[in-house]
Amino acid sequence: MTTNYKIIGKPLPKVDARAKCTGETKFADDLFFPRMLFAKLVRSTQPHALIRGIDLSRARRMEGVKAFLLGNELPIPFGILPVSEDEHALCIDKVRFVGDPVAAVAAVDEETAEEAARLIEVSYEPLEPILSIEKALATQSPQIHDYAAEGNIHKKVALQFGDVEEALGDSDFVLDDLFFYQGSTHLPMEQHSAAAKLESDGKLTVWSSTQTPHYVHRAVAKVLEMPAAHVRVIAMPNGGGFGGKSDPFSHEIVAAALARKTGRPVKITLTREEVFYCHRGRHPVLMRSRLGINKDGTITGLDFQTILDGGAYGSYGVASTYYTGALQTVSYQIPRYRFRGARVFTNKPPCGPKRGHGTPQPRFGLEIQMDKAAERLGIDPAELRLKNLVQPHSLTANWMRVGSCALRECIEKVLQGSGWSKKFRKLPTGAGVGLACSAYISGAGLPIYWNDMPQSGVQLKLDRSGGVTCFCGSTDIGQGSDSVLAYIVAEILGIDPLDIRVVTADTDLTPVDLGSYSSRVTLMTGNAAVQAAERARAILFDAVSVKWKIPKSQLIAGGRKIFDAEDPAREITFAAAVQLAEAMFGTIGTVGSYKPPASAARYKGGGVGPSPAYSFTACVAEVNVDVETGIVTVPCIWIAHDLGQAINPLLAIGQAEGSVYMGLGEALMEEQVFRRNVHQIPSMLDYKSPTTMDMCNVVTYLVESPDSNGPFGAKELGQGPLLPVMPAICNAVYDAVGVRIDEIPITPEKVLKALRAKNAGKPARFGPGEFPPLDFGEVRIVPPPWEGGDGTAVKQPPAVFRMRDD
Amino acid sequence: MKQLFHLQINGEGIQVAAPVQKTLLEVLREDLGLTGTKHGCEVGECGTCTVLIDGKPVLSCLMLPVECQDCEIVTIEGMSLAGRLHPLQEAFAELGAAQCGYCTPGFLLAARGLLEGTAAPSRSEIEQALAGNLCRCTGYLKIYEAVELAALRMRGLDPVT
Repeated sequence: MTTNYKIIGKPLPKVDARAKCTGETKFADDLFFPRMLFAKLVRSTQPHALIRGIDLSRARRMEGVKAFLLGNELPIPFGILPVSEDEHALCIDKVRFVGDPVAAVAAVDEETAEEAARLIEVSYEPLEPILSIEKALATQSPQIHDYAAEGNIHKKVALQFGDVEEALGDSDFVLDDLFFYQGSTHLPMEQHSAAAKLESDGKLTVWSSTQTPHYVHRAVAKVLEMPAAHVRVIAMPNGGGFGGKSDPFSHEIVAAALARKTGRPVKITLTREEVFYCHRGRHPVLMRSRLGINKDGTITGLDFQTILDGGAYGSYGVASTYYTGALQTVSYQIPRYRFRGARVFTNKPPCGPKRGHGTPQPRFGLEIQMDKAAERLGIDPAELRLKNLVQPHSLTANWMRVGSCALRECIEKVLQGSGWSKKFRKLPTGAGVGLACSAYISGAGLPIYWNDMPQSGVQLKLDRSGGVTCFCGSTDIGQGSDSVLAYIVAEILGIDPLDIRVVTADTDLTPVDLGSYSSRVTLMTGNAAVQAAERARAILFDAVSVKWKIPKSQLIAGGRKIFDAEDPAREITFAAAVQLAEAMFGTIGTVGSYKPPASAARYKGGGVGPSPAYSFTACVAEVNVDVETGIVTVPCIWIAHDLGQAINPLLAIGQAEGSVYMGLGEALMEEQVFRRNVHQIPSMLDYKSPTTMDMCNVVTYLVESPDSNGPFGAKELGQGPLLPVMPAICNAVYDAVGVRIDEIPITPEKVLKALRAKNAGKPARFGPGEFPPLDFGEVRIVPPPWEGGDGTAVKQPPAVFRMRDD
Repeated sequence: MKQLFHLQINGEGIQVAAPVQKTLLEVLREDLGLTGTKHGCEVGECGTCTVLIDGKPVLSCLMLPVECQDCEIVTIEGMSLAGRLHPLQEAFAELGAAQCGYCTPGFLLAARGLLEGTAAPSRSEIEQALAGNLCRCTGYLKIYEAVELAALRMRGLDPVT
């Protein structure tokens, strides 16, 4: 890409890189205040039970114990989605999973708090525990939540875009497959931590390792019944988030309540075991996919069903459910599409958004099915995908508006880089390659709670020194969002990123940004930063053009100076230009904000999936499978990602490599499993994640197709490259040893079982055997764009008056 | 019951009174304000709390101060000298080897422990030396590259970058 950018597209170090390499960066648990108390949560030992009593008497007698907190002191429920505010800071009358917080204690030091928490005796009346999708569907009573749609089904959705049964009936053949995607957790290296302090004027400050300070702000104010204007939430740099710190959490609210109760600063840092209980990780999802395809390789229709194991609370679950059906259409042209999904409650830690939020699971199923379809057609799986690619600047069947799209180029890159044509179906037994593709959102089109305000705001203050302060609510979780702000502002003002002080994620100081989730930050804060910086530059240009008596259009900013384009020798330093403008107009400050364009999907349920821009990824994985042990090793993964425009290719490659790493872990080893009603592995030793000894080589291709909705054309990158990794590995296992592993993770046991089945002449497969019969309720019918729809639901499907040209 | 410990940390003799069962990790962070040393599990699983003891990487969550009274302890705060970053720190910052940065101090000290014994490590030696440190952001690759770059520079071979 040929551009004249000075900073955008350059591999600069992050603005906070040195601080992170010296121990200087302060994370939430690094905060220590004078007179600070340490608090601990007492967590349920029961998966499902009524609370019959809480006895504090033994704990109360301990020296150094300063305060207790029980659920009935904070009766107002909260939750990230307005439709499922089903959590309490501390359980009031019922516990719903082992690890549900029940009581809290604050003491002079952590050890005393821990000991006191152990002495708090909670008596329970056990209820029938529900630990699986099957049991949740079969159990009407007891209900984990009484607001569930029915029994223990939290939510059911059914959407149809065109007559899918007709399309499948008319297809040359229909593939009908079941898949299961096991849950996994984020495992950020930093355990969640929150500190809170009440000032003498009655105002409260909460410091937290959160990805979403704005939502924590709302939740704390609501539950503590304080004016939100008197609550300040500061998100500290996150020691890894990956979606696991996107909900408001019990410990944040409890720290705040105890600070108010004691008048002393209070900190709660979770143990690693507790982090496993906070979870909000990948939903286990059972899927059935029916793909209609013609002999020429054209997809005719897709009928996709999902059942999500949601765990004990709502969290982002309603959105997660929709996401298991939203983006299948965004990679391939699917003329008719039906999606039915349900989320059940179970007595396990709540599931929520993990990198890719609800889309890795269906993507896993779809991409394996595409591989099976190509096999059945006798064509190369790359050819099948290329034949059905979604077109740039098009609408999908479910009314997602695709902008720029370079998926074709991504596929070509990974095929070429991996030597695909020399390897696919040609490597010796035990070695194989697999291909998969994906698409992801660059931020959600709609905010989590309904409002008409911007999703991101940026404020700039220009100082006489030539320094610029950039205020923004966005939260750096390691992805480099502080750096992106500095690069964009520096590029537009023609200064160095180091001249910019970035102040972020402080609800008192910074304009609202909704948070670091749904891959929204580069696009949304980036656009807000562009607007604020362009406005600031316009003020400086106004001043200089008056002084030099030349039109503003003749001015250029760069190299900490402003130039006359016609006479480059004529220049004024940036600092002098600020002084000139300040003398003319007064103190210089600007704001910028961003709100996504209106969505074309105007039907109910169409709020999940629309995005200002979509990223696209193609992935080839190479594997070796040991047929004796079933162990799968991955020597290399080639990943090509269409990110619109790299704001910083160094950081972009880091995001791609990190996504591949996390995908590799999900593919081969990571799983959140339960036995006898308890989490089997709530520790880092037993929860297997890839170490240096497991990591594969990664070859990354950044493919640029600037999108007009992105800042400098940029789209997302932090999540998309994870999505195709798992199915690419599964498809490679098939290429290597001829067995289908339709279930994640691909453990050696599953590979061996599939190999044994193959050798016994049975279907060469490991995966779920049945999909429970489930009435998903009334299907909402929305005609696709090419069948005369307008993006809204209709009562009856209209007569088809026009099919797609191809 | 507190006990007085005499520790050598980052080249300074330090006296600290702490309960004998308090780990070195806790004493560094809570009593000495050296919060650059992080914790991820407190039971020796993640490598985040790595410090150098007599030049060797050690998990400070598994050490008691009483065990290291006659040792040289180096934490991340002692890695840069007089405001000058160690070549490993420079290389980590330059190459994007620190994303969230939480595991970074542990990796830096483990890598320094490696380079003190092996001036020109192979990729496989780097992988082995860092196998006890978990990172969830980077996929380790940028970390390897940074260790390799620092190793070159420390041998006076500064590649043009």
